[in-house]
Amino acid sequence: MEPIFAILVGIFFAVAVYLLLSKYIIRVLLGVAILGNAVNLVIFASGRILRDVPPVIGAGLDISTVQTANPLPQALILTAIVISFSFFSFLLVLSWRAYRVLETDNTDEMRVAEPDGEAPPPLRY
Amino acid sequence: MAVSSSSTDFSAALVMTPTALADWLVILPVAWCILIGAVLMMVRRRVGAHAILAIPALGLLVALNAALLFHVAANGPVTMVMGRWLPPFGIAFTVDLTGALFALAAGIVALAGAIAALDDVNDSGRRYGFYPFLMLLMAGVNGAFLTGDIFNLYVWFEVLLISSFGLLVLGSERGQIDGAVKYGFLNLMATTLFLVATGLLYGVFGTLNMADIALKAQATPDRVPLMTLTGLFVLAFGMKAAAFPVNFWLPASYHTPRLVVSALFAGLLTKVGIYALIRVGVMLFPVSLDRLTLVLSLIAVLTMLTGVFGALAQTDIRRLLGFLVISGIGAMLAGVALGGPEGIGGAVFYALHSIIVMTALYFAAGLAARAGGSSSLAALGGIYRSHPLLAALSLMLFFSVSGLPPFSGFWPKVMLVKAALDGGAGWLAASLLLAGFVTTIATARDLSARLLASGARDARRRDTRFDRPSRPHTLAAGRTDGIVPLCRSLSRAVARARARRRSDACRSGRLYPFRFSGRRYRTMKRTVTLLLMACLWLAVTGSVSLLNLLLGLCISAVSLWLVREQVDPVWSTVRPLKLLLLCGLFLGNWRCRRSRSPSSSCSRR
Repeated sequence: MEPIFAILVGIFFAVAVYLLLSKYIIRVLLGVAILGNAVNLVIFASGRILRDVPPVIGAGLDISTVQTANPLPQALILTAIVISFSFFSFLLVLSWRAYRVLETDNTDEMRVAEPDGEAPPPLRY
Repeated sequence: MAVSSSSTDFSAALVMTPTALADWLVILPVAWCILIGAVLMMVRRRVGAHAILAIPALGLLVALNAALLFHVAANGPVTMVMGRWLPPFGIAFTVDLTGALFALAAGIVALAGAIAALDDVNDSGRRYGFYPFLMLLMAGVNGAFLTGDIFNLYVWFEVLLISSFGLLVLGSERGQIDGAVKYGFLNLMATTLFLVATGLLYGVFGTLNMADIALKAQATPDRVPLMTLTGLFVLAFGMKAAAFPVNFWLPASYHTPRLVVSALFAGLLTKVGIYALIRVGVMLFPVSLDRLTLVLSLIAVLTMLTGVFGALAQTDIRRLLGFLVISGIGAMLAGVALGGPEGIGGAVFYALHSIIVMTALYFAAGLAARAGGSSSLAALGGIYRSHPLLAALSLMLFFSVSGLPPFSGFWPKVMLVKAALDGGAGWLAASLLLAGFVTTIATARDLSARLLASGARDARRRDTRFDRPSRPHTLAAGRTDGIVPLCRSLSRAVARARARRRSDACRSGRLYPFRFSGRRYRTMKRTVTLLLMACLWLAVTGSVSLLNLLLGLCISAVSLWLVREQVDPVWSTVRPLKLLLLCGLFLGNWRCRRSRSPSSSCSRR
């Protein structure tokens, strides 16, 4: 199971990096979304993939009687999903706003903060 | 796994003793920040209450962090586990001296920022939540400094990052949106890399507690892909800290937000990256970090050089400061690369200095920009005349950031250079010194262009006594024959500004209480300088006796005599022979060191 997961994660990362290298913010955003999922899969696979027994302890017991899936990576993924989703939504709104304000989604043309052809600093006093 | 009855013994997994009252201090700074942040969000619409609530709260935060530092210094590192579950089940907060020091410095900077925001952030900025964001940012920063769990460190990174987004776009101007896009995407990338590395780390060791990982990493050094993990962590933290190849988000965004926000970011955010690098690299993977020494050293040198040369090319003072932040990061990375107690100590010391000084520099730049009407170097200011105190403070900060004695930037740099020379990395020491030198030029140019130079509006009132026949006398213009012309141009600019101020005061009828004419004024000034320097000598040597006072007077007299040309502007030609002799002195010294250094490095390794 793990090798299949590893290949899947590799494909996810490759797609994400390809999209992130784009000039256009909307493609970069898609890359960010895919990257987040790739990372979640990495964490999931690093917790070892076992039989699909949920980590639920029966009534009246302190410790599970059978070997269950590892709950910790799932908790980590849950945290990571929340964080990456909130980041994605913030960046989505930011990109929309940038598109409205700067009238472009091409990162090459986003030169407001660092304008082209600035005068050099004073060379004499 | 054994089938158990309902009476399982949990004593091996739980801390059974109740937490001592003093140990609660570990969690208090974070909890306090989150609490106040939540309260501030509840009273979001009552803008007037924000500052009244936030500033005392941050004052208390500083007190808490100071108490924590005191506690740690007295009793050694403190650990507290959540829910009393021992690792690897519970999340641990572990504080040692480094973390407590960083947290205290961050608290002080945040308090200063909150007070400065009274003036800088208007009602609309507060309505958009400046103070709640600041408190949550501090929760993230404190959490990152105090936690002992690596996934928890990631969560605190995200907390501070999301609050920094909020602060960065406060105001929603065009430039801010532009900067925030670059800042946001690249920082998200860095934290995602951090998360990848953390996930793989968990897969390898099966634990997330840092102390646990450190033990397991020592136990199984060969089976485990430690180099991959270390490389990923170094890349992620280097990106957060703005190290060389991945630092372009910083100069693109740090000059866009409100001034207070820039100041806080410059002080806090990149240093969290450095702290995490020290914590994870040095504590968890010392062996593989040792193997990365050459790479780290190269990154450090390139970071320093891009920082200072970038600063030299900037017209805008805030962008210039952004590049200086980067060069400081380079110096800290040099410390990390050198390793050992001196290197790491120097890096930590430099980071603490940088937290305070970079924030102060941004504040000073903001005040100067307000006084001069523009933050561009090209718009001549003449601020020295109108705001002498501000100019003096700026000068002190410039000295500090350039690493000149006796200010705070000098001492960590001495530690780093000494560590580099002892470790046989002379080129690292040389680039540290070069970075300091170029920083001096960049800041001196800001000083002379913006603070001292006469503005266009003063041109008609210019006092022509000290104007020389046109001879270009700047280093920036391509003159590289030593520091002398720079000093001289500075001193002439000071003298010119002073003379103009005197004549203005006389003209406007605002006379000095005592009027000195020429010679008497100079004598008086010299005596006062002499006495001040002697007092300084007494303070530095720490003993007040008549003999020591006389010695101090002698030393200050000699040093004043040595710099008499700079003190009293007397024009004289550059003496090439003397310059050569001076260079020879330095070179000779360096040779001696070089010949001595291999043996010392051998004994160390």
